[in-house]
Amino acid sequence: MTSFVELDRVTMTYGGAGNGTPAVAEASLKIDRGEFVAMVGPSGCGKSSILKIVSGLMPIDSGAARVDGQAVNGPLTMVGMAFQNATLLPWRTTLENVLLPLEVSKTHRRSFRRKKAAHIAAAHDLLKIVGLEGYEGHAPHELSGGMQQRASLCRALIHAPDLLLLDEPFAALDAFTREELWGVLQELWMRKKFTVVLVTHDLREAVYLADRVYVVSKRPGRIVYERPIALPRPRTLESTFDGNFVDLVHGLRDHIGEVRAA
Amino acid sequence: MISAIKLAPWLATIGLFVIWELACRAFAIPEFILPAPSQAIAALIEYWPAIWQNAFYTFWVTLFGFGLAVVFGLALGLVTGASALVYAAVYPMLVGFNSIPKVAIVPVLVVWFGIGTVPAVLTAFTISFFPIVVNVATGLATLEPELRDVLRSLGARKIDILLKVGLPRSMPYFFASLKVAVTLAFVGTVISETVAGNAGMGHLMLTASSSFRVPLVFAGLLVIAAMGVGMYAIFAVIERRFVGWAFRGGEGV
Repeated sequence: MTSFVELDRVTMTYGGAGNGTPAVAEASLKIDRGEFVAMVGPSGCGKSSILKIVSGLMPIDSGAARVDGQAVNGPLTMVGMAFQNATLLPWRTTLENVLLPLEVSKTHRRSFRRKKAAHIAAAHDLLKIVGLEGYEGHAPHELSGGMQQRASLCRALIHAPDLLLLDEPFAALDAFTREELWGVLQELWMRKKFTVVLVTHDLREAVYLADRVYVVSKRPGRIVYERPIALPRPRTLESTFDGNFVDLVHGLRDHIGEVRAA
Repeated sequence: MISAIKLAPWLATIGLFVIWELACRAFAIPEFILPAPSQAIAALIEYWPAIWQNAFYTFWVTLFGFGLAVVFGLALGLVTGASALVYAAVYPMLVGFNSIPKVAIVPVLVVWFGIGTVPAVLTAFTISFFPIVVNVATGLATLEPELRDVLRSLGARKIDILLKVGLPRSMPYFFASLKVAVTLAFVGTVISETVAGNAGMGHLMLTASSSFRVPLVFAGLLVIAAMGVGMYAIFAVIERRFVGWAFRGGEGV
């Protein structure tokens, strides 16, 4: 079976080959459809660059990048994205923010008005799962940081993308809110069964959420270690104190230590 | 109870006038050098019909020039803000043009259009045009890179990004610039009327000062200032009304 996402010895330099140190060097990985993969590594190591390669936003110098069997050569519309900043539009309500992708995307904008009722129902459905029921009409500045991030996740998922790319989506939140949102993301993923690539520097977050964790080296980023996480789902905050969970986090911790020292 | 913040501008303004009045009396400054506010206000009442007529004229000329600046400023701002190429091409030219003292182009406008309303409208236009362009272009050009990535990956068209994200985002900048631009427009009109006019506040004040009726000149200045403050306040209200979302937590939300 071919993988859903496949990077084969990919090298990428910002501004094109020959423009200084590559951000990503000879990185190879394979992600199956429906799999939840996390990438961890020291900051500035090129984790985010790998996301940009997968999404088609950054051209590669060499190697091969394939998503769903097709070579990536331009932005992919089947992708949903969320970042550390929620980047909600302040003049739109929560509901209108969630609907934005459908208004502008290549595949939905023509039918948006016709199917608006169905889209709004889908948005309500998502907002309910993430616990924002009743906040549809609120402006972003009336929401807390955690709530904004929940809305941002809904916006990333409203067009039912096959692939969700998350770039440290919970990094700016306090610890309690962050752990709460792990549960929210897990629930979304278990219900909708999309493929996820999560970039994070929080090892507990990676182990809690992912089926598999990749460790990325210092810049230029390369994949130095791969660890399947075979814990049963749904995982809970209690399970993060289990021996298995703690051992996995420690194992990753050691690898990160080696990478940072190298 | 009225808050101190609301009272402050009135008290400060009255305070200024009181100090000015007292200084004029204490140092016995002749009224053809610096008239006291009471003398300026006396002149204002005495010459009210002439002042009213000229103020009315100046007001509409200013508003007309300002209106042109809004339309063309918004249009050029959108074009320059939406395209990095146009921005790079046009921006130095705009800065250069803005650096030219507008009083220097009035004679040229007079050669082209004759003395009267047209040079005044165009001077008001040229002086208030720049801040509008710059602000709209800045608002458009400051799209967050993450959001740009989201929109690109959705395959959004440039026009959609412009209408749904860029334009609303630039509106707070636009409305902020209107407040500044409208006061500049008054400057432009009065400059033109002073250099080459046959009506308006500039013309009135030039005539008054050439016959040493300095209190009348100051009456004119007060009227222009009042019109400027009034228009500024009107656009501040409009700003709150249309882009209240940009004032998070303020009373405008």
